[in-house]
Amino acid sequence: MKYVLMYVSRPDLDAGADPEATQALYKRVFEWFGENAGVMADSGAELLGVETATSVKYGEDGPVVVDGPFNEAKEIIGGFSVIEVPDMDAAIAVTKTWPLLDFPGGSVEIRPMVEDYSHMEQ
Amino acid sequence: MTDAPTDRLLAQTLREEAGPLVARLSRRYGDFDLAEEAVQSAVAEALTGWRRDGPPDNPAAWLQVAAQRNALDAVRRSTRQRALARRAEPAGDRRPGTDDRLALLFACCHPALAPEARLALTLRAVVGLTTPQIARAFLVNESTLAQRIVRAKRKIVDAGISLAVPPADQLSERIGDVLAVVYVMFNEGFVSSSGPTQDRDLAADAVWLAGVTATAVPGEAEAWGLAALLTIQHARAASRFDGAGGLVLLRQQDRSRWDHAAIAAGEAMIERAAALRRPGRYQLQAAIAALHATAPSWEETDWLQIVLLYDVLAGLDRSPVVRLNQAVARAQLGAPEEALAQLDSLATPLASYHLFHAARAELLTALDRHDEARDANRTALGLTANDAERRLLTTRLHRHPLDDGS
Repeated sequence: MKYVLMYVSRPDLDAGADPEATQALYKRVFEWFGENAGVMADSGAELLGVETATSVKYGEDGPVVVDGPFNEAKEIIGGFSVIEVPDMDAAIAVTKTWPLLDFPGGSVEIRPMVEDYSHMEQ
Repeated sequence: MTDAPTDRLLAQTLREEAGPLVARLSRRYGDFDLAEEAVQSAVAEALTGWRRDGPPDNPAAWLQVAAQRNALDAVRRSTRQRALARRAEPAGDRRPGTDDRLALLFACCHPALAPEARLALTLRAVVGLTTPQIARAFLVNESTLAQRIVRAKRKIVDAGISLAVPPADQLSERIGDVLAVVYVMFNEGFVSSSGPTQDRDLAADAVWLAGVTATAVPGEAEAWGLAALLTIQHARAASRFDGAGGLVLLRQQDRSRWDHAAIAAGEAMIERAAALRRPGRYQLQAAIAALHATAPSWEETDWLQIVLLYDVLAGLDRSPVVRLNQAVARAQLGAPEEALAQLDSLATPLASYHLFHAARAELLTALDRHDEARDANRTALGLTANDAERRLLTTRLHRHPLDDGS
């Protein structure tokens, strides 16, 4: 099965981190992707902060472009990958080793990917 | 009208057969939801048919045929299920056994499921209860419960939660989730047995499931600890209520009515657990329960050992109810002031727990502070006041079998 891992972070907690520690962490994340290359269907991307986000939304007279979203949530999606493993337990086992889980506020959301569209075939 | 012996036979047959059947049909059709639904319908058919006509000669085979027929009907009805069935493993005719049931149990108690759904799903899929029976036992709305179960089952199928026993290196961690569900199941049964007559004895089902689990993972000390704890607590069931249905506290229970063979069996399980040399909270609670269950009277109970065990337990489990029980045991050693001070430090978390006030009243009486004792008793009474549901809910919040001292 394919699962999307969404790496959640807390920018408010990351803000005060010392640059050397951040550098070391990047190195570990890089190694982590190496160790898990076998299950990566798509290593995905790291995202720049929400302050750089732009949304295009429905508008009555056609799509509207706005700055944001700036919701109040402290937790934001900082990146994502797609893994392919036999089942949920395997997905959890991979996720548990994500280096940022050693830090308060670190979290990863696991979402199964829709793969089977056979029910749409009429 | 239900006929008690038939219900007991029904319950035993259903809990023996339902789980392995769900596991086998899940494998055959590659769809846990379909399998579980098929068995659930067969269980409901059995409840109606067997009560009306008496049980068939071979209840297990009857249930199997009914569930198989329901599963096939569902496959024919649904495209989605036809697609899932195509993905299924080839149907090897492996005999359903303990491993099958254990795999199912691990899926139903999976940490990725909502905690409140785990117990309900376990009761349905593993123990063979129907949704109305579960709703009655928990005093919850049937459609809310049904929704919860549907969501959990969909998640098992859609999120790819396998019906599998975890590998050895994860077993000890994952068994904790299973044991927690069985523990809560027993407490629900233990507490709600004061309610209206039920056609399933949840506490007896939990004792059975704890035994099945420990037997299936014989190297897990806490699994034996839980099986021992529930076996010993359940052995006192007959004496917990008086003729009028009132609760009888441990101190006043008629000890000759306890099931001494079951208590001995529980003690043997404690020894089995101890031989594995990995102590834990269920084993400690079992050891405390065993000391109560083997004491000739309340006064002749080995309070010193009980206090020592509570001291160790409180180190592992800082819940206020454990500390309340620790204080109550300490008071038996003749230190009521010290016990009262410990109790008073728990006043905030246990403010709405009637037994906190009842225990306090008792200590205040021992200290000749009768006015305060009367106030505490009044508070305790106000919190229960024959309001069975409220008492049930309060006790349920804390979920410890010895909480009500009964």
